[in-house]
Amino acid sequence: MPSSPNVPLLQVKNLRIEFPTRRGILTAVDDISFDIAAGEVLGVVGESGAGKSLTGAAVIGLLEPPGRIASGEILLAGRRIDNLPFEELRKIRGREIGAIFQDPLTSLNPLYTIGRQIVETIETHLDLTHTQARARAIELLNEVGIPAADRRIDHYPHQFSGGMRQRVVISLALAANPKLIIADEPTTALDVSIQAQIITLIKKLCREHGTAVMLVTHDMGVIAETADRVAVMYAGRIAEIGPVAEVIHSPQHPYTIGLMGAIPSVGDNHERLSQIDGSMPRLTAIPKGCAFNPRCTRVQDVPHQRCTTERPELMPAGKTMAACWLHASEAVHQVKQAVTA
Amino acid sequence: MTGALGGTIRRILDSDIWYKFKRDPIVVTATIVGLLLILSSAFAPLFAPHSPFDLKTLNLSDAFTPPAWIEAGKSQFLLGTDDQGRDVLSTIMYGSRASLVVGFAAVLLSMVVGITLGLISGYFGGALDAFIMRVADVQLSFPAILIALLISGVARVVIPNSQHDQVAIYVLIFAIAASGWVQYARTVRASTLVERNKEYVQAAQVIGRRPLAIMFAHVLPNVLGPVMVLATLHIGTAIITEATLSYLGVGMPATQPTLGTMIRIGGDFLLSGEWWILWFPGLALVVLVLSINIIGDWLRDALNPKLR
Amino acid sequence: MLAFIARRLLQSILVMLTVGFIAFSLFNFVGDPVALMLPPEATQADRDEVRKSLGLDKPFYTQFAVFVQNALQGNFGISLRLGRPVSQLLAERLPATLELVGVATLLALLVGIPVGIYTALKRDHWSSQVLLTGSLIGVSLPNFLIGIFLIIIFAVWLGVLPSFGRGDTTQLGFWSTGFLTVSGLKAVILPAVTLGFYPVTLIMRLVRSEMLEVLRTDYIKFARARGLSNQAVHFGHALKNTLVPVITITGLQLGGLIAFAIITETVFQWPGMGLLFIQAVQFADIPVMAAYLCLIGFIFVTINLIVDTLYYVVDPRLRMETSSAGGH
Repeated sequence: MPSSPNVPLLQVKNLRIEFPTRRGILTAVDDISFDIAAGEVLGVVGESGAGKSLTGAAVIGLLEPPGRIASGEILLAGRRIDNLPFEELRKIRGREIGAIFQDPLTSLNPLYTIGRQIVETIETHLDLTHTQARARAIELLNEVGIPAADRRIDHYPHQFSGGMRQRVVISLALAANPKLIIADEPTTALDVSIQAQIITLIKKLCREHGTAVMLVTHDMGVIAETADRVAVMYAGRIAEIGPVAEVIHSPQHPYTIGLMGAIPSVGDNHERLSQIDGSMPRLTAIPKGCAFNPRCTRVQDVPHQRCTTERPELMPAGKTMAACWLHASEAVHQVKQAVTA
Repeated sequence: MTGALGGTIRRILDSDIWYKFKRDPIVVTATIVGLLLILSSAFAPLFAPHSPFDLKTLNLSDAFTPPAWIEAGKSQFLLGTDDQGRDVLSTIMYGSRASLVVGFAAVLLSMVVGITLGLISGYFGGALDAFIMRVADVQLSFPAILIALLISGVARVVIPNSQHDQVAIYVLIFAIAASGWVQYARTVRASTLVERNKEYVQAAQVIGRRPLAIMFAHVLPNVLGPVMVLATLHIGTAIITEATLSYLGVGMPATQPTLGTMIRIGGDFLLSGEWWILWFPGLALVVLVLSINIIGDWLRDALNPKLR
Repeated sequence: MLAFIARRLLQSILVMLTVGFIAFSLFNFVGDPVALMLPPEATQADRDEVRKSLGLDKPFYTQFAVFVQNALQGNFGISLRLGRPVSQLLAERLPATLELVGVATLLALLVGIPVGIYTALKRDHWSSQVLLTGSLIGVSLPNFLIGIFLIIIFAVWLGVLPSFGRGDTTQLGFWSTGFLTVSGLKAVILPAVTLGFYPVTLIMRLVRSEMLEVLRTDYIKFARARGLSNQAVHFGHALKNTLVPVITITGLQLGGLIAFAIITETVFQWPGMGLLFIQAVQFADIPVMAAYLCLIGFIFVTINLIVDTLYYVVDPRLRMETSSAGGH
């Protein structure tokens, strides 16, 4: 099925992920929608428990039971993939969608050489002979910056340092040339000095191969460096989504504003770090209406107490989209503008 | 005092463990059966229809009576009698009692020794620790049954013949306990090592609190879970070990038979057709151990966060 | 690698010395050592002479050294019960026990590993639940009871297998084997199944829990994320990682089986070392007990050494080569 050039590479529509527990059904991801265009890097940022990793897992079809996709659709190049049978989904994994996880040490099987693991992946998806596959594996290792690749291909994971291991992991993810990579906290387990190198590597490779990236992290710095657009998640919902520069410099959602304000910069001179009072609600106790309303300083600016009663959808707000009733009038205004224009 | 107890009971009833317990019919059945067996044997003098070890009540003409539902059976001997005219049902109850006493006592002793040594080893470290652990390692090379056999054998030589029967039960308990302490020691030692490095221990030392008190107050609660699992499974093993030793003839004397002894006796008469002398004690043993193992197995799964 | 083996060898020697020490204590402090070394008709003069020649008037450590020396040459004295040299008795019966244990272990592995894998991969299927319950029952059955039941079913009711003894054996040099005759092969089945019952359940549960553990790891998740087939994930990756710890435990099991054989040999009157040992315990035959102890210790230590070496070969992480400069 040829994909139309205007259809985004990845479309997530109204995705809801639930966990049945003995205390009832927990909704970990509540009705989120977003797109990723080919070759684009979308950052997904948020606190622990906001639902970002689950979203990534759902896209590649590796959601662990009892978690399950309760409703919504996931489309890859216009084709629905969330309801595919196992064998179909398996063929997509690695070939169309790849993944990188947080801890490079535990991501690699300690009992096999990295060469064997890469060649195995290549042979699963591409129709190459063993010799060709091995040659390609060495090429990949070179690309990710492993020195003496032709020798190190026969080494075991424990013989590499942490940063090197993550490079191997990246080469594994790219082995079958997928169009989209889900990177779940790819730098969190690494030394700060290595993080920059890995980020640069990811950026470079994805530009060269035209791979789109869904970059899940809690580190805004990484997002600022790498992403084209960013989605800010809160309590299983998307609070704001838009171009990276805009979200960082002129955030529109009170949560994002708080986040940006909480990041200290070297030149600042404050006595206290600013923070958002309170904490993200537990999945069992998500407030009615807007999930952020108990901590929000602008609740009173919205008429009819909408924040505590109605859940806001993503609506245009400045140059981004924000799920906040503060921008409700602006949405109406823009619609009016569009209609009259 | 009762307030604290009531609070604890309420917390248990409210907990995840109780919830899981209620929902698993197999474990509930096993617990009920196990409790029934334990209670009936603990109060054997009350429940047993006969007292099979009171020589005055035995009548050889009653020997080899089949179970009550077979033609030649008598209703007063529900499960038949053995070669001495002893009622099988009563012997099972008394026999289970002996097995259970030995089993529980051995495990208790094992636990106490193991936990103590583990605490000492982990807390004081150094040469003492190395020594205890070496002993543990060496002992682990030998299966429990062998150690128990050795101790029994040695006791046989060392203790004068006349006192054999009286002390047999203590020797047995000691032998089984000696073969099982290592697992507790290792678990507790590992926990102690972890706790010892924590700052509150150093703080307590500075204040002048005695180290033993510190260990008991803080390390023990942490190891309670795994130790309970070990202990429950250990009881099953201990009972089997005791039955094996008795079967082999080096356990309890014939005057205080346990289920193992009865199985041995029953084995002799199996081929001549008096099957009930073997089968019922055998069944009782299996059911007893099985229910304990089911509970222990379930407990281990319930307390293990990884297996959910 | 050499350093590794050297270290393990040293530990093994230490363990053997400890075991030897215990055996030595048995000899000296339990019962009269002089009586143990002599047949009962010996006179007092004989005893005094033996006492001196045994060096029983010498200090403790000298006696121990002598004991060790004797032990290394295989001299453990004379059996109180049978009046023959202990080493001879043990040598006669070693093949019987080893053959029994060998067959039992083979059975345990051939049945336990596949079943364990099955119950891990198909964990929610009802057949897995049945097998697991079966394994729980297996763990709760005492060895001797299983033997008795098997005898009842196969020897008494069906009459197809013998209920005791080893059948006809063939002598190959110093080793007497039961594998070359039909009756020998038939005779080993029931005892081997009895002995192997417990290890089967153990191995099955071990393999299952290890495999479940492995299937939850990140590298398995990553393997799936790369689109590897179920076969590649389960049997290529998971299986290898599962079996590595299973090797150790099975190896240790092997040693335990030799001791467990005591029970099985009793039930089936199998003429092995275990039966000899039990008779020694009943009779308080100290030399045999001590010798058996040393032999078992030796076997254990050897097995441990082999298992450790095997582990080393299989798990690349244990080979502490200096990794070439990888930079970052």
